[in-house]
Amino acid sequence: MKKEISRRDFVKGTGALVVFFSAASFLGPFAVAQGPFDTHGSHIDPEKLDSWLAIASDGTVTAYTGKCDFGQGMFTAQTQLVAEELCISMDKVKLIQCDTSMTPDQGTTSGSQSTPTNFNTRNLAQAAATARDALVGMAAQKLGVPADQLTIDNGVIHADSGRRVSCGELIGDKHFDITVSPTAKRKLPSEWKILGKPVPSMDMVGLATGTFEFVHNVHVPGMVHGRVVRPPEIGSTVANVDEKSVQRVPGMIKVVVRSNFVGVVAEKQWQAAQAAKDLKVTWKPGPGLPAQKDFYDYIRKQPSGEVMLVNSNDVDNKLKSASRVLKATYLHPYQAHGSIGSSCAVADVQQRHATVWSATQSVYPTLHGVSALTGLPLDSVRVIFVRGSGCYGLNAADTVSYDAALLSQVVHKPVRVQLTRHDEFVSESYGSACVIEEQAGVDASGKIDVWDSETWAVSFGGRPGYERPGNVITGMLAGFEPETITPQKWVAPTQELRNGSNAVPPYMAGCVNGKCGGEGSIRSERVLTHAVKSPFFTGPLRSPLRLQNTFAHECFMDELSAHAEVDPVVYRLQHLKETRIIEVVKAAAKTANWDTRPSPKRDTARTGSVTGRGIACVAYEGDNGYAALVAEVEVNRSSGQIQAKRFVVALDCGPISNPEGLRNQIEGGVLQGMSRALGEEITWDDRKVTSTDWQSYTTLPLGIELPVIESVLIDRPAAKAAGAGETAITLAAAAIGNAIFDATGARIREVPFTPDRVKAALSSRE
Amino acid sequence: MAAISLKVNGGVHTVDVDPETPLLYVLSDELQLRGPKFGCGLAQCGACTVLIRRQAVRSCVMPVSAVKQQEVTTLEGLGTPEKPHAIQQAFIDEGAAQCGFCLSGVMLTAKALLDEHPQASNEEIREALSNVLCRCFAHTRMMRAIQRYQRGRA
Repeated sequence: MKKEISRRDFVKGTGALVVFFSAASFLGPFAVAQGPFDTHGSHIDPEKLDSWLAIASDGTVTAYTGKCDFGQGMFTAQTQLVAEELCISMDKVKLIQCDTSMTPDQGTTSGSQSTPTNFNTRNLAQAAATARDALVGMAAQKLGVPADQLTIDNGVIHADSGRRVSCGELIGDKHFDITVSPTAKRKLPSEWKILGKPVPSMDMVGLATGTFEFVHNVHVPGMVHGRVVRPPEIGSTVANVDEKSVQRVPGMIKVVVRSNFVGVVAEKQWQAAQAAKDLKVTWKPGPGLPAQKDFYDYIRKQPSGEVMLVNSNDVDNKLKSASRVLKATYLHPYQAHGSIGSSCAVADVQQRHATVWSATQSVYPTLHGVSALTGLPLDSVRVIFVRGSGCYGLNAADTVSYDAALLSQVVHKPVRVQLTRHDEFVSESYGSACVIEEQAGVDASGKIDVWDSETWAVSFGGRPGYERPGNVITGMLAGFEPETITPQKWVAPTQELRNGSNAVPPYMAGCVNGKCGGEGSIRSERVLTHAVKSPFFTGPLRSPLRLQNTFAHECFMDELSAHAEVDPVVYRLQHLKETRIIEVVKAAAKTANWDTRPSPKRDTARTGSVTGRGIACVAYEGDNGYAALVAEVEVNRSSGQIQAKRFVVALDCGPISNPEGLRNQIEGGVLQGMSRALGEEITWDDRKVTSTDWQSYTTLPLGIELPVIESVLIDRPAAKAAGAGETAITLAAAAIGNAIFDATGARIREVPFTPDRVKAALSSRE
Repeated sequence: MAAISLKVNGGVHTVDVDPETPLLYVLSDELQLRGPKFGCGLAQCGACTVLIRRQAVRSCVMPVSAVKQQEVTTLEGLGTPEKPHAIQQAFIDEGAAQCGFCLSGVMLTAKALLDEHPQASNEEIREALSNVLCRCFAHTRMMRAIQRYQRGRA
């Protein structure tokens, strides 16, 4: 970011905060006008329209959002939204995303919440609708024509008489000085001209030509380079740091030690890298790690925080009286976000103020964390989002922002910190390992009478939020406490059903206190979850726990359908009652030309390659998007290799903002899910993590034989806008596992489905 | 430290760095180029890829002193936003990225192969990309873009 905006620039003068821009450049904010935001970020009042939008006299619009783009398409979709509601072309809209000096505090960009938050009847969408209403009202006064006889098009408001006034003339550079109206009417999807259309990503040209600015490309005058020295083992602490060991490294500026945080700063990046490698640190050993081979048993025996999500209180009796009870246990490993770019941040911490350029999903929480780490008051810290590589959740972007702030504060210079690949793998907050135990009682026909699910998910730290910098490794090393598990017994659920990250299978009726919030018909139901302390930091990884739980539920559903000798699609539909999940299942099956018959296939070959198909479905967190996936795979019986041949995804996220962006999310999601299902797993020995590069942590490269991917988009203009970035990935492991079963009759209940596990499952059937 | 002269994207630059410095650091920090990026620093992912003598080279493990007088081309050296190179246009046309951090590896590796072997089979393209990573898994679009570029060259 070459032109930095000082908060002081905003203090004086009048006029809305308008950001000028050229059509050629959508890089980096460079605001020049004055604004209403005269103190710190939290004073950007989301109730005020001026906090979301400003219109310049030339009619260009600057919009402010707290939901940022990591490659998932929110920049383009939100630009479409503002252009649509204000009836102007997209090239007249400049979107400023996630900067604590300019944008409202919208917490964290995560959890498939950006679209529900900003595309329904609050926040950015409602602000834009309010602005349109206000502009039409102003035009009515100016033209002396009733508002309902005016039309707005391309930034100009017209009366039937031919008289007209532009939005720029009406408000240009001035504040609206009104609140966001909850009653301002949003445009109906049937009226959309920009939303709902397949708009290419606005980033694409910059990305393809290498001109797009990532956080890795931020250069600040006077900037020097930092590296960190992480503990070699989980839980080891600093005994001694020999600063002399690096005093001869050219360009060396400083060794920084704060509690167990160790880092170095040098003039150039290569010098910092050498210093980090050469620095002699004596570490006290950590407490050791539970053995990986017994880890799933270990976590089931730990004290846990229990939550009972649903309990019909008849489950034990129903299981006793069932015609048959089936049980299965599913295992899911820790997985890494494994961002392609090891995380990077730049911080400039001076005596009285700090600026951090960060790829965090959470600029305001990061502001609070940096304030806590540096001791600077909240209103002296500014955090500016600059995109990093795709994060898929809580990668090391937050922790490296803290690293940069700690180092900069000591050297009084802007410091850029680049984590190494090893640092990234040992610094990030893994997706949680889980154990999911399922049991169900079926009647004589095989239909499910009772379903009982008990899950264990490990957790340690997590998102720092506004209060907990210790929730990521740098904060903890610097002396802040991470959040940990409080063991407690469950109490009966109250009020209404909580979906619990899809711990509740969609086939349950989900009845709590007489009110049924589930998507299914099974009324004898129990779901008990356990949160267990993790030896490693954990944090949300794309579809956190929803993916793990869905893997178990959807494979178990397949086991039950096989026992009943009923086709897996038919069997699912027998136990679902919610229309939208039923529709996605039917749509995926129809497009895939689903071969209706029970699984597994009969008379499949005992040698060579065999093929099969599997299905899985999800109502994401109960009501935030619906998807079904049909996977067709080929299993090589001798090598244990799985080759996906075709994926068909049907997806319903309410009204579709951008079908092009949606397809991109589906295609990437399902393949990322396949990579996680087939190979990804964090590994460790008795003291430390051992999966620390791309040889020890498996990911599917570009060169694989790719399956055909077909997306079926179900548009529901009348529904609320829902999330769409995490539904397809949620289904991959389950659908692939079910397809392997269909092909071979072998059920694999542990992710990843490595060739060895596939072969073991095959041989156990012979 | 030593003064080292480099030919990059048609220009000549002199930098004062340790000769062992990886080429990537010189391109990113000294020349402030945005195309090649630090992915792993281990030549395992491809994000730092540049072209040297029409070959795809991983700049994160190549000492700058080894470049000598060879011309280095980065992603931004191929074309411009106003006038993209044909392979850049193919990626734009296919919308072949999500975060886009990996694109130097994907595009330059594919370009190096197809410029030398215009008739490369799908298997040969896959083989060339067998150690290039994209963690957003925009794989299908990227392969389509590469094939589009290949068709356009013919």
